[in-house]
Amino acid sequence: MCVCVCVCVCVLQCCRSAAVCLCSSARRGLSCNGWSGTIMAVEFEGGVVIGADSRTTTGAYIANRVTDKLTPIHERIFCCRSGSAADTQAIADAVTYQLGFHSIELDEAPLVQTAASLFREMCYRYREELMAGIIVAGWDPRRGGQVYTVPVGGMMTRQPVSVGGSGSSYIYGYVDSNYRAGMSKEECLKFTAEALTLAMERDGSSGGVVRLAVVSEQGVERQVILGNQLPKFSTV
Amino acid sequence: MATVSVCQYHSGGFSFENCKRNALLEADINKLGFSSPAARKTGTTICGVVYKDGVVLGADTRATEGMVVADKNCSKIHYISPNIYCCGAGTAADTEMTTQIISSNLELHSLSTGRLPRVTTANRMLKQMLFRYQGYIGAALVLGGVDCNGPHLYSIYPHGSTDKLPYVTMGSGSLAAMAVFEDRYRPNMEEEEAKRLVRDAIAAGIFNDLGSGSNIDLCVITKGKVDYLRPHDMANKKGVRTGSYRYKHGTTGVLTKAVTPLNLEVVEESVQTMDTS
Repeated sequence: MCVCVCVCVCVLQCCRSAAVCLCSSARRGLSCNGWSGTIMAVEFEGGVVIGADSRTTTGAYIANRVTDKLTPIHERIFCCRSGSAADTQAIADAVTYQLGFHSIELDEAPLVQTAASLFREMCYRYREELMAGIIVAGWDPRRGGQVYTVPVGGMMTRQPVSVGGSGSSYIYGYVDSNYRAGMSKEECLKFTAEALTLAMERDGSSGGVVRLAVVSEQGVERQVILGNQLPKFSTV
Repeated sequence: MATVSVCQYHSGGFSFENCKRNALLEADINKLGFSSPAARKTGTTICGVVYKDGVVLGADTRATEGMVVADKNCSKIHYISPNIYCCGAGTAADTEMTTQIISSNLELHSLSTGRLPRVTTANRMLKQMLFRYQGYIGAALVLGGVDCNGPHLYSIYPHGSTDKLPYVTMGSGSLAAMAVFEDRYRPNMEEEEAKRLVRDAIAAGIFNDLGSGSNIDLCVITKGKVDYLRPHDMANKKGVRTGSYRYKHGTTGVLTKAVTPLNLEVVEESVQTMDTS
């Protein structure tokens, strides 16, 4: 057991200044609860389509087969969580608080870029302690639908389409070849559902149901595609 | 000609085949900078289920210290607030202290707000504390209760992640219990059916996991009422010996008898009364 019991990683509410105690080799192995999955977000004219699988694993055991990895950060801003469940839940809670406070101060809807920046600040500052791959996606009146990816390490960049999680490795080819700029909402939904299905087929850490959400000016529409309703590809 | 495959019959007893290899590994492993893996059994089966009117929590009652049973009838369902209870798996001290701390904080919070505490508040307090300690507090919890928004059930892991689900299991016997749940869970069950389901899930853990055992405790939480059933089911009652194995006097024949008196003289005699004030 580590000598330093209390690791003051204050990624929690209201603590901007935090003392970071670097414990010896905080290697987040597969033994801790919550690992990866597959997440995806696509921009389209008027909003974004986000999707995720629903599997949380503790080693070889599926701790939760119906996880909701699409977490609302604000009314029209979502984040897709991949990596350690504990880390991403704590970060998302902290950013939700910070963004809510910021939005009240501003007295208007926050920008997606602001939310992504908050995620980046936290993920970069505590990069040694955290294992979190996050995609921030949403709609704001200034720039419309936006997708920002904040992978492990704390980089932030805006992309028209972004995939993440352990299952994403298997679908880069599919995404690169099938993505076209200017797709409609329905095409984006179909594209996301198919990409996630392919990732879930091949990746052991991904599976369960496909959760989709469309975030636009009108609001948020959520849907679930159950296991038997997933698109079928020929498996040789 | 058919090949004759000889079935290697196990001659019984411990197989010493790997001992030499293990000894070599033990010796070398420290040189390489690693430590041999510690077999840390959590030794518990806890579970919870949401039914029509509320939540049923269940737990076994065995506390283990390595391979020895330290407590045959310990209580794993902890009080958080009048409408919220929490089952704890993992390090017994950690679950005990964590639930007590959050229970105390929640009572203060409840007095401050003037309302009955909500399950989601307890969940948030627990997850934030466990995340702060980065998994070093080995407490895996099943938190359940009924508040103004209905019945809620959460599973909380030592690193601070939580899941809100209709049925959850934790502990070393969680896989056995989850198998029972996955087979027989239905949404909106009646109370008796829910209690039977939880009882069977814990029983599966008790009889199929070495780390879980003894009795089954149940806690049924509904709006305005809590039934703490301890024990709900004494699944492992100690058996009664069928016969007496004492030998009669004179069974062993006496060959010789030699008596040596030890002469002891009393040197000093003092009395110290215990302070019972």
